[in-house]
Amino acid sequence: MIRLQLPAHLRTLAQVSGEVTLDVAAPVTLASILDALEARYPTLQGTIRDHVTKKRRPFVRFFACQEDLSHEATDALLPTAVAEGSEPLLIVGAIAGG
Amino acid sequence: MGTKKGAFVLTADGKREKWDVSGPHFGGWEIYHVKGSPVDPNRLYASQSSGWFGQLIQRSDDGGKTWEPVDNKFVYDGVPGTHQWYDGTPHPWEFKRVWHLEPSLTDVDTVYAGVEDAALFRSTDGAKSWHELSGLRGHGTGPAWAPGAGGMCLHTIILDPKDPKRIFIAISAAGAFRTDDGGQTWLPINRGLISNHIPDPNAEVGHCVHHVAMHPAQPNRLFMQKHWDVMRSDDAGDNWQEVSGNLPTDFGFVIDVHAHEPDTIYVVPIKSDSEHYPPEAKLRVYRSRSGGHEWEALGKGLPQSDCYVNVLRDAMSVDSLDSCGVYFGTTGGQVYASPDSGDNWAPIVRDLPAVLSVEVQTLA
Repeated sequence: MIRLQLPAHLRTLAQVSGEVTLDVAAPVTLASILDALEARYPTLQGTIRDHVTKKRRPFVRFFACQEDLSHEATDALLPTAVAEGSEPLLIVGAIAGG
Repeated sequence: MGTKKGAFVLTADGKREKWDVSGPHFGGWEIYHVKGSPVDPNRLYASQSSGWFGQLIQRSDDGGKTWEPVDNKFVYDGVPGTHQWYDGTPHPWEFKRVWHLEPSLTDVDTVYAGVEDAALFRSTDGAKSWHELSGLRGHGTGPAWAPGAGGMCLHTIILDPKDPKRIFIAISAAGAFRTDDGGQTWLPINRGLISNHIPDPNAEVGHCVHHVAMHPAQPNRLFMQKHWDVMRSDDAGDNWQEVSGNLPTDFGFVIDVHAHEPDTIYVVPIKSDSEHYPPEAKLRVYRSRSGGHEWEALGKGLPQSDCYVNVLRDAMSVDSLDSCGVYFGTTGGQVYASPDSGDNWAPIVRDLPAVLSVEVQTLA
């Protein structure tokens, strides 16, 4: 079971509170987690990554295990702790003015 | 009302003296525009966006009590191509946000979306899916379009009540366009516009049109607030003439028409394109009862000193009560109302986030 933490605005949009848990088959990657997330919560489509290119939106970051995974390939394997559910994947809205 | 940090609903009875303010809806998000269907006032569409999480479209079927996110996939038809960037180089078309939503005059499930980078989309299923009317962007002049300071946005959509195949749109900074065949082909309608800040002041496209307004009883008469100049066309945009007349400055963003007097129009003059606040720091609406040329200042109840707010292009609207109400919102978060066609004004609310758009629903 994958654990996922969403920023507040996306929790509101998906109508969830706290962490989201998802069943994601191996290999566990950013792409496979986002596919599962968007399948469960279609309203999040386009808010984290582009509908067509699947490119991460510029002010969205991916953190896990105290590392910034935002620039990793989306088909790269995530840390085992994330795949096993002992650590969450954090989807973070970048700190920016406005 | 759309603001920089959410939508607000201001409600009053026909006297328009006591107002209830509710919101923010979608707090923290930029709400560029909210508009109700003229067919069913319970059907509302809202454009919700943020720099972090992109664009969403919300739909309400109960007059705004509850909302449902609908389709937010705005994909340009075919290969998007390029337009001109600020430095003159070609720049690929990239979707950024929806500036304006215009529900159909006859079908509750049909709604148009004007987007940045400039294009027109239409949904015929209540915003569950969007399709581009690409004949506009595919117009031969597309590669020469360039963004204004606020981006290359399609901000104005006017549906002709007498001819369902005719639509007017405006783009900053390309100009105004018209279709007479339901959106398949488009014609630039900028003859008569003179813009001294572009290489050819009389160019077919490249004009920074800020807003266009029309009275439904006279759909061939259009009023335009251009970057500089207030303009009027009496032939559906084929030709324009300047009607700035005695305005203290003819720069501004909003323009609107009285609900019952097709030749009574309103603008809010702004000092200049580098000083986005009212001249003499006095907030005044200017009204012409003759379709332009002759204007009177309306400032009763508006701040007449130390006022440095702006009124953005979609932030004025009118109601359709017997004594026409006029409303506008400012970048300082004030919303002003006049229940008597502009003679007297009073603030409804003073401290909202910067107001991006104001729309009125007159409910029975």
